[in-house]
Amino acid sequence: MAKELWKGNEAFAEAAIRAGLQAYFGYPITPQTEALEYMSSRMPELGRVFLQAESELGAINMVYGAACTGVRTMTSTSSPGTSLMMEGLSYIAATELPMVLVDVVRGGPGLGTISPSQGDYNQMVHGGGHGDYYPIVMAPAGVQETVDIVYGMFDLAEKYRSIGVVMLDGSIGQMIEPAEMPPMLEVRKDIPEWAVRGGSGKDKRILTSINLDPAEMEKMNLRLLKRWKEVEKNEVRFAEYYMDDAKIAIIGNGTAGRIALSAVRAARAAGIPVGLLRPISLSPFPVKAVQEVAAQVDNILVVEMNAGMMLEDVLKVVQGKTSVEFYGRIGGVMPYPEEILAEIQRIAANPSPINGHPRDLWIERIEPVINR
Amino acid sequence: MQNETLIAGFGGQGVLFTGKVMAHAAMAENLQVTWFPSYGPEMRGGTANCTVVISDQEIGSPQVRQPRAVIAMNLPSLDKYENQVAPGGYLVINTSMVNRKAKREDIHVLEVPGTELAEELGDKRLANSILLGALLAESKFLKPESIEKALEESLHGKKHDMVDINKKAMKKGADYIKSK
Repeated sequence: MAKELWKGNEAFAEAAIRAGLQAYFGYPITPQTEALEYMSSRMPELGRVFLQAESELGAINMVYGAACTGVRTMTSTSSPGTSLMMEGLSYIAATELPMVLVDVVRGGPGLGTISPSQGDYNQMVHGGGHGDYYPIVMAPAGVQETVDIVYGMFDLAEKYRSIGVVMLDGSIGQMIEPAEMPPMLEVRKDIPEWAVRGGSGKDKRILTSINLDPAEMEKMNLRLLKRWKEVEKNEVRFAEYYMDDAKIAIIGNGTAGRIALSAVRAARAAGIPVGLLRPISLSPFPVKAVQEVAAQVDNILVVEMNAGMMLEDVLKVVQGKTSVEFYGRIGGVMPYPEEILAEIQRIAANPSPINGHPRDLWIERIEPVINR
Repeated sequence: MQNETLIAGFGGQGVLFTGKVMAHAAMAENLQVTWFPSYGPEMRGGTANCTVVISDQEIGSPQVRQPRAVIAMNLPSLDKYENQVAPGGYLVINTSMVNRKAKREDIHVLEVPGTELAEELGDKRLANSILLGALLAESKFLKPESIEKALEESLHGKKHDMVDINKKAMKKGADYIKSK
């Protein structure tokens, strides 16, 4: 298929449909609503299920029910909506059901803004719902990557009987870029052996998130964990740019990562040996790639559209082996490449290790900018 | 190669549409393109804008502090974005909606009475295409034939009968700026 222009939100909706999505449940919220609107016309056209729930709580529980029957199902929302879905996600994780959630992230906390943000990192990557569970979380940086990731996420969710989250900065949902759509898959006809479909006289199957016997619950928790270890082994994804001879590395995902790419190119043009590591899978986190970067460079600069959430994961991996600094914009503000370039130039001029926590030092630098 | 165009005006002036035409045209030339709308606090005051980044390599930032070109459809847009045009870049002003001259001297200022020229074609909503025609005639960011193809692709269904008049508007804008 040839490339066409797609808006991020509509592109991921079409990609999910092409992956054989059978049932979509959702509730409108900016900056995600175009996806729901797109689904509302395309799904019935194809004889599939579209339902606008009464709230995000309703939507996630409808997804829960549909997932129990073994169909490909998903929802999409934006940050405040994901908060409402957290209970349902924990139940779905405990019931070991595959499903896909697209979170088009906006600035928070609270009702916040409708502007792009990465403030849901902790909620998604480290689990906002209760209990030990491990969703797969991917963060695309453009429309084509969004299409490819959403298309593949259903397979991953089913392979690991896991929640697949695509964390899309509001900016990616709202932008238009050329993208090539993957082929339209037929809706799956086979039913997974664990699915509950009703019918008397068949084997009894039970799907539940409650198990009052702690010994049984402990076994289930271990099963989830061992499955997660497989995900960590198989599903790490990242992209690298200009890293070959880099002495400074930027680590940034999604929109922050691609803005950093502009800054890296400008710095390279000025002769600064800087590269970029852009994690695509946030969970599983690209631990080995970060370790290798840490072994290669003298300085790492983590760039995010939050106050340093992925920064903590980078620090945990780097373990003080190289100097890590941070630059972020918060509350729904996107950084300009010039801001990141200035950080690169500052580090290149004084590459000696920093004295203090990178977040504290960033607060000192950013406060006058924010209060300007 | 990379160029960025920021198009700004009131809602209803075809700002987002003009950006989409550019995006279609860039795609026709096998270039990378990112169309990025302002939404959220940027939109206060009823102004709309979008940025179109066109490049021959993977596009980084979707928003730019100093775009190569700004199309200002009205006075608030001129006031807000004149200072942001990259040195040596292009500032297209819809003089029909603006009561002052540009202040910058280090950029190409293209003054076009877009709304008046559009009215000569019978529809003042064509001002956006007039201004884009003027910008592309001077900047050569995109080829005229790819813009024509883009208009065919972005005006479909009931809007398809607007293709020819938009082509005329583009040419009128180009002719106007060349004759100056």
